[in-house]
Amino acid sequence: MTSPAPKLPVSLEANPRLSSWVRFTDDGRVAISPGKVEIGQGIVTALAQIAADELDVDTAKVEMIRASTATSPNEGVTSGSLSIQQSGRALRHVCAEVRQRFLVAASERLGVDTSLLDVDDGVISGPGNVRTSYWELAGDVSLDHDASTVVLAKTVAWRAVAGHSVQRVDIPDKLFARPRFIHDSPLPGLLHGRVLRPDVSGARLTALDETAARTIPGLVAIARDGGFAGVVADSEAAAEAALNLLRKGATWSAGEPLPDGNDLAGFLKSQPVETTVIDTRSAVSTQKAARVLRRQYIRPYIAHASIAPSCAMARWDGDRVHVWTHSQGVYLLRADLAIVLKLPAENIVVEHMEGAGCYGHNAADDVALDAVLLAKAAGGRPVRVQWSRHDEMFHAPFGAAMAIEIEADLDEDHEIIGWRHAIWSNGHAARPGRAAQPALLAASEIAAPYPRMISTNPPAGNGGGGDRNSIPLYELPAWTITSHRLLTMPVRTSALRTLGAQGNVFAIESLLDEIAALRGEDPIAFRLRHLRDERAKDVLRTAAQRARWKPERRSGVGHGVGFARYKNTGAYCAAIAEIEGTDDIRVKRLTLAVDVGEAINPDGVVNQIEGGAIQATSWVLKERVRFDRSRITSTSWTDYPILTFSEVPAVDVEIIQRPEIEPVGAGEAAHGPVTAAIANAVYDCLGVRVRDLPITRDKIIAAMELAS
Amino acid sequence: MPTIQFQLNGAAIAVDTDPDQTLLDVLRGRLGMTGAHFGCGAGECGACHVMVGDRAMASCDMPMWSVANKDVVTVEGLGTAERPHPLQRAFISEQAMQCGYCVSGILISAAALLKRNPSPTEAEVRTALDRNLCRCGSHNRMVRAVLRAAAEMATP
Repeated sequence: MTSPAPKLPVSLEANPRLSSWVRFTDDGRVAISPGKVEIGQGIVTALAQIAADELDVDTAKVEMIRASTATSPNEGVTSGSLSIQQSGRALRHVCAEVRQRFLVAASERLGVDTSLLDVDDGVISGPGNVRTSYWELAGDVSLDHDASTVVLAKTVAWRAVAGHSVQRVDIPDKLFARPRFIHDSPLPGLLHGRVLRPDVSGARLTALDETAARTIPGLVAIARDGGFAGVVADSEAAAEAALNLLRKGATWSAGEPLPDGNDLAGFLKSQPVETTVIDTRSAVSTQKAARVLRRQYIRPYIAHASIAPSCAMARWDGDRVHVWTHSQGVYLLRADLAIVLKLPAENIVVEHMEGAGCYGHNAADDVALDAVLLAKAAGGRPVRVQWSRHDEMFHAPFGAAMAIEIEADLDEDHEIIGWRHAIWSNGHAARPGRAAQPALLAASEIAAPYPRMISTNPPAGNGGGGDRNSIPLYELPAWTITSHRLLTMPVRTSALRTLGAQGNVFAIESLLDEIAALRGEDPIAFRLRHLRDERAKDVLRTAAQRARWKPERRSGVGHGVGFARYKNTGAYCAAIAEIEGTDDIRVKRLTLAVDVGEAINPDGVVNQIEGGAIQATSWVLKERVRFDRSRITSTSWTDYPILTFSEVPAVDVEIIQRPEIEPVGAGEAAHGPVTAAIANAVYDCLGVRVRDLPITRDKIIAAMELAS
Repeated sequence: MPTIQFQLNGAAIAVDTDPDQTLLDVLRGRLGMTGAHFGCGAGECGACHVMVGDRAMASCDMPMWSVANKDVVTVEGLGTAERPHPLQRAFISEQAMQCGYCVSGILISAAALLKRNPSPTEAEVRTALDRNLCRCGSHNRMVRAVLRAAAEMATP
């Protein structure tokens, strides 16, 4: 069962000490301490399953510890669908080794060879009814050792918990109103803060008359640091009232102009850029193209639009500060706070508490700095800061707009002989903790401000950013993929679920569909013919079978397909959309097949795929951040509508379970394929290609006019 | 400050409050009941829904004066882990959420629907939940959970 492995899982390499991951508590439980955090994706449950399996304890005995810089392994950020890959592999490795260490100790105590020992819910027993337990032995077994590279984890056949659907551990609290969200967590002596932000883009606070705000009963302090200002009060209502009066006393600079929201491509293509050739492939024979298709696809800025406004709490004690946050990366946030506060990182503890789903880098980190700055004025009492809906939809980073141009060279039979894919976009990541300058909003507002960070793209090894999923998974004879990253950033952007993958998959899969149609070939057959990867073909075939591809043509109904392997290294997903296009587009049904390797919690995977599919439908049909030349205007749910219950399609998901293959994440697999499937179904139904998201009635009319 | 009396989760309560203060502020800030959530402050997302009589209503923009003598039920009044409401049981069975921030408001909208219409169709459930936003995409699970609870409540 054991085989030497040259390398530890990546998270374990960074945090090899066994005791930082696992601890047996005095009350007969197992404390598991991952560095990844719950953001509504169910990760904590899946990690508990892995730990329970390797340790042979009941999942009910597993206590999942929230990440904190005081105690937890540093696993960077919870993003990119990497938590199962990184934390899951580390915990599997660690727990198996911990089990083995305890078996050795039990063997010594019981006088029984380890090979004869059994573990059942933490009780270790052997022949002759001898027994002990993890907890009895905990004093004898030190876990203050670094993990060895020997792999002891169970093989598939021996796993009893991982691979089976279990109920999420966090759900009962959320149904019975037991405080679990940071928004609901009482701290003794808690005060409430609000921050004054401009409603003109890029404007800076130049003068502030505090007189009126100071009359509000319950006001504790008005904090001011250059262009950063806020109030602290003994209730949320008092803080809101004081903020409203403070706003009336504020003078702002003129701000910075925003681009023309109705010509995103024109804007994106006219800015200074950093150009990177992502990949090239040269054809063996240089055949001349009989025809070149040149198409442009546009994805707008998209808001994270979490249901909860971002929230944080902070409390100072001398020159030390404790921060409670729903950030996706406690260590990364701490690094930025240390820069801004000019404090050693050891003086700052950043502790995670759950927030609402964030879908990427929203204002979670920004509001943490807000709370830290306001708490300076609170005399050692904790301060809770919550953003307004308006600020959440105005000042938080957005998913970057993209213009994607593809030129496909076709031969006489409309077979693809060349492919050039170019992306113009802001960077898709400006997370904290990764640069010498902070990425936090207030850092650009304080008296000694840091420049606003221009977002960049993660390297190709991490899946890239604007270029994510831009290299086709299809066997095409030649291609050049180029990414143009903007060096200006009038609209603030950072990581939104899938980064550039949604836009790139939309573009690639739309054009493939168009070429298949030109050839008169079935779009699934066309794709299968260009794929070599059997797992890719399997998800396409499975989705096709499940959706009874291709249903008979009916007037007013359309079907379309989309496929991708997320990041080209992660989960495989194929989607088939059925839409009705009589007046507005209604997505009736989405059928998906997905392969994540070993699905640790299959119902958790289905939940993520369903959620991704529905969120993608919302993006495709409705979502676009709106702005005029001076301000973001889509700052309420009325101005930034998302899909409602009545508009949500039926979603049918099939998992291709492959327990023998290392698991990957599921959270971002569906967005690209669903986007393309809907767009292709619109063509199937109406005969027009809409290449400019979102696919609204106006865009369909515009596409029809363009086509005629 | 005037005293406003109302029924909260079946018990009479009197609160000294500015009559323009919102019910959500009183629930969360004064009474420490954090089940109803702040989402938008404009009655557009449903995260703060409470039941007033047999109607689900936003509490984030509901002034206290309008609550006087009314019967208010929050998610805390629906059930407990020991004695769960059929909806809460059904939401566990269906694993009907991802992040769960919107869920307390959705439970209230569903409970109000089942009070008025004990055996709704799927379309009626969706319509009743249209004022509640869910960003994670757990809608279909929630609809299934509401239908499951309705079926369970109909069984004698």
